Amino acid sequence: MTVGAHAEFIVAAYAVTAFIVAMLIAWVVLDYVAQRRTLGSLEEHGVKRRSGRAGGAP
Amino acid sequence: MAMIELANPTRFLRIVDRLLPWFAAATALILAAGLVQAVQAPDDYQQGATVKIMFLHVPAAWLSMVGWAVMTVAALGTLVWRHPLADVAAKAAAPIGAGFTLICLITGSLWGRPTWGTYWVWDARLTSELVLFLLYLGVLALYWTAEDPGRGARAAAVLSLVGAIDLPIVKFSVDWWNSLHQGESIFRAGGPVIDASILWPLAVMAMAFFLLFVTLHLAAMRNEILRRRVRTMQMLQAQEAKA
Repeated sequence: MTVGAHAEFIVAAYAVTAFIVAMLIAWVVLDYVAQRRTLGSLEEHGVKRRSGRAGGAP
Repeated sequence: MAMIELANPTRFLRIVDRLLPWFAAATALILAAGLVQAVQAPDDYQQGATVKIMFLHVPAAWLSMVGWAVMTVAALGTLVWRHPLADVAAKAAAPIGAGFTLICLITGSLWGRPTWGTYWVWDARLTSELVLFLLYLGVLALYWTAEDPGRGARAAAVLSLVGAIDLPIVKFSVDWWNSLHQGESIFRAGGPVIDASILWPLAVMAMAFFLLFVTLHLAAMRNEILRRRVRTMQMLQAQEAKA
């Protein structure tokens, strides 16, 4: 591989892309954990959705 | 599978739970293959090694438009068909589309400096892409600041439909106006003008970016459905506490 005289631009482009993609992945993973945790806490306190009360799908 | 079956959020969640690991694995594999090909790709005869930025910039540019196209179709689903998952899909697509648009703008700028001699020009292609990014921020602001989620969703849907005007401007700007940005070199009459040694890594990276978009979008839609369940349950809890 040759990156020549413009290596800093190529490396910066890949680094910025990796950072933004990592932020997007972290956002969906952390958000999922947070929502699951909150749902679990509400269910522990006996809160149920209407569909759950009627015996429907959870 | 019929759309009506997917309209049930519980069924949709079950399908997403099954599909997500496969999409994530396929994304990782194809992205790894694409990066290996990108590293091994030969230098361009004019641009030298900076052509490697194209493997990020072009797929990100395509997905910046795909993201808004998803939001436009979802906006019709929200306003016309009132599909229960339409707004979920739109809200989930907005940050991801904004992310890919930002990648497109930054990598384009980093590619422009060594090839054009400048990071930025107020050229039709660059400006219309920047407008697309600002439109994404506008939609996100509507979602994040609306006190009534339903009203925020409708306002975001209207902005998505209006903003769709920018998509053909981004796509055809290099044909309609004199531009420092190069003309269409892949999806054009007569076929691509890029050499196969560079076109193949680009195609693999584009597939990887597309799969990444789908994976992130499905995961974000799942989160949004869960968030709405949390909101519903919190409201029920508040009502019970009041009664």
